[in-house]
Amino acid sequence: MRGWMTAAAAALALAVSACSQPGAETDAAASTELRIYNWSDYIDPALLTDFTKETGIKVTYDTFDSNEVLETKVLQGGTGYDIVVPSNRNLPRYIQAGAIQPLDKAKLPGLDKLAPDLMAKLGRFDPDGKFAVPYMQGTIGIGYNEDAVKKRLPGVTIDSWAILFEPANLAKLKDCGVYFLDASEDMFAMALVYLGKDPNSTNPADYAAATDLMLKARPYVRKFHSSEYVDALANGDICAAVGYSGDVLQAKARAEEAKNGVKVAYAVPKEGSEIWFDVFTIPKDAPHPDAAHKFIAFMLRPDIIARASNFTQYANANTAATPLVDEAIRTDPNIYPSSQLSQRLFVSTTRDQALLRDVNRQWTKVLTGR
Amino acid sequence: MRRRGLAALLPILWLAIFFAFPFLLVARLSLSDSALAMPPYTPQIDWGQGLAGLSAFLAALDGETYARLAQDRLYLDAWLSSLRIAGTAAALLLLVGYPIAYGMARCPSRVRQVLVMAVILPFWTSFLIRIYAWIAILKPAGLLNAALGAVGLPRIDILNTEAAVLLGLVYAYLPFMVLPLYAVLDRQDDSLIEAAEDLGCTSMQAFWRVTFPLSLPGAAAGALLCFIPMAGEFVIPDLLGGSETLMLGRVIWTEFFANRDWPAASAVAIVLLATLVIPILLWERQQAKVLR
Repeated sequence: MRGWMTAAAAALALAVSACSQPGAETDAAASTELRIYNWSDYIDPALLTDFTKETGIKVTYDTFDSNEVLETKVLQGGTGYDIVVPSNRNLPRYIQAGAIQPLDKAKLPGLDKLAPDLMAKLGRFDPDGKFAVPYMQGTIGIGYNEDAVKKRLPGVTIDSWAILFEPANLAKLKDCGVYFLDASEDMFAMALVYLGKDPNSTNPADYAAATDLMLKARPYVRKFHSSEYVDALANGDICAAVGYSGDVLQAKARAEEAKNGVKVAYAVPKEGSEIWFDVFTIPKDAPHPDAAHKFIAFMLRPDIIARASNFTQYANANTAATPLVDEAIRTDPNIYPSSQLSQRLFVSTTRDQALLRDVNRQWTKVLTGR
Repeated sequence: MRRRGLAALLPILWLAIFFAFPFLLVARLSLSDSALAMPPYTPQIDWGQGLAGLSAFLAALDGETYARLAQDRLYLDAWLSSLRIAGTAAALLLLVGYPIAYGMARCPSRVRQVLVMAVILPFWTSFLIRIYAWIAILKPAGLLNAALGAVGLPRIDILNTEAAVLLGLVYAYLPFMVLPLYAVLDRQDDSLIEAAEDLGCTSMQAFWRVTFPLSLPGAAAGALLCFIPMAGEFVIPDLLGGSETLMLGRVIWTEFFANRDWPAASAVAIVLLATLVIPILLWERQQAKVLR
C-alpha cells in the first residue's frame, strides 16, 4: 500500500507541477540562490561555504543515492534544482528526453583543462560536451577485508572476478559475508566481462549466461545492496563486496580512523571493469541557471576540484588539478589508474528501453530466484 | 437536514481530492505507454485541440500493460507472497496484540490512560529510525547476539530474512492492532461477565463465550487496518528483508525506478487495489448489514 501511495502521491505531484509553469528567472544576473542535488557523501562541505563566501550565492544541497531515483525525479520536471549529477550511462536519456539544457560554454572558463582522453570517452554519451561537465570518475571492483580473505583463500591473489563469481571461492567466503551491488546494469556488465563477453552486449544469450552465473553465485551472497557494504566492510561485518572504488576507499579510511584492526583493500580485476563518470548538468527548468554556471566554473578550478578529490577519494578529469591532489590519492593506482589499467577499463553504454526491461527482469530473477 | 448534508460534503470532498483524483491519475497511467520524454509516458492530452485532442488521447490508451503483467508469473508470485507475509503478520499481531489489549482494559482507569499513552509513544520517534534500530539489534554482531553470547546462548542470525520482516511488521503495526481491540474491550459491560458467572460459567468459559465473541469486531478492524498497508509495505522488507523476500511494494519500486516504466508500476498498484481493497470493502459492507 505504501508503494501505491507513493505512486499516487507522485502522480498528484505531477499533475500539480504540470499546472504551474516553471517561472523564468526574474533577475538572472543577480541570482543569490543555488540548489544542488548530488550523490550522498560526495563533496567537501567546506567547498560549499567557500563558494558562498566568494559569490554571495546561498547553496541548498540535497543528496540522493541512486541514478534511478534521480532520473525519475528529473524526468518528471519541476524539481527546483539547478544542478543535478547523473552518471554517464544515464546521460543520453536525459538529453533525449529534453530534461537538461545545453551549457553556456562562454561562462565556463577552465573547460580546456579537462583530460582529452577522458572527454573522448564521455563524448559517446554527450557529443562535444554540450550538456555535461565531469565531476568525479571511478571504477567498480572488489572491496575486501585483507586478513579475513587471506585466512579463507590462502595464497590466492585477489585480482579476478572469479573470487566473487565462482561458487568454489564464494563457498569459502560465505561465512564471513559477501555483498553484491543492487545495480542491475553494473552487475551484468561485470558478469559479462568475466565471461569474456562484450559488457555492452545486446545479445540476449549473453545476458542469459550472465544470469546463470549470478544465479549460481546467489546462494553465497548475504545481501544485494548498493551502499550498506561501505559500513559493513569498515566494521569488519563482511569480507568481500562488489563495490565502487571511492566507496571502498572510504570504508578503508573509516576502518583506519576507528582503529578496529580491519584492513580494507580494493582491486580492479584483471578481466576488466567499468569506468564511470558523474557529471554536472543543469535541468531544463532550473530556476537559477546563471548561479549553476558559476558553480560549475568554480568546480572547474584546479585548486577547488583537487580539494574535492581529496575528500571523496575519487579521481577528477582536470589535468591541471592532478598535481594539486594529495600524493597518497594521486599515486594510488586504484584511484588514478595507470595507463596499463586504463586499457582494461570500458565505459558502459545506454541500453534501449526493451533491453533495459529485459535486463532488469533477469536481475529480479537473480535477486529473488523467480 | 441541510446542515447534515453540508457536513457530509467534507468527507466526500476529502475522498474526491485525496482518493478519487489520484486514483484516476494512476488508472490513466496504467493504460499509457512508457516513453523517453518528460514526463516519461504517452499519450498526453493536447488541450489545444479541445475535444478532438481528448478523444485522440482516449483512443491511444490501451490495456497492453495489464496483458504484460498476466504473462509473467513474477507478478502473481509477488502478489501471493505479499498476501502470505501480510496474513502471517496479521495473525501474529492478533496473538500478541490481544493479550496486551485485554490486560490494558482490565487495569484501573488511571493506569489505563498511562498504558494507552505507552502504546502511542513510539509514534513520537520517526518510523524510519525505529526500523533502523532493529538493524542494529539484529545484525550479526548486533545487540541481540551480544546479549545471547553474554548468557551463553547460541547466536540468532535473522537479519535479511523473512523472519526479520515479520518481526518488523509486528513491531511497527502493533499499535494499530492494540488500539481497536482495546476500544472494544474497554467498552464491554462488566455486568455481562457477572451474569455469565452467575449462570455457572467459570471465568475461562465466560471469556470464551462472552468477552471473546464480543471483541471480534475489534479484532477484525485491527486485522484489516494492519493487513492492507502491510501487503503493500516497502520500507520494512527493503531494510530488514533479504533479496528473496518478494513483495509487491518492491515490484512497484523496480517498475517505477529501475525500469522507468510508470505504466507497469501503476498497473501493479491498480491490481493490488482491485484485488485487496475492493473485496475487503464489500465484505465490510456485508458485515455492517449483518450487524444491523
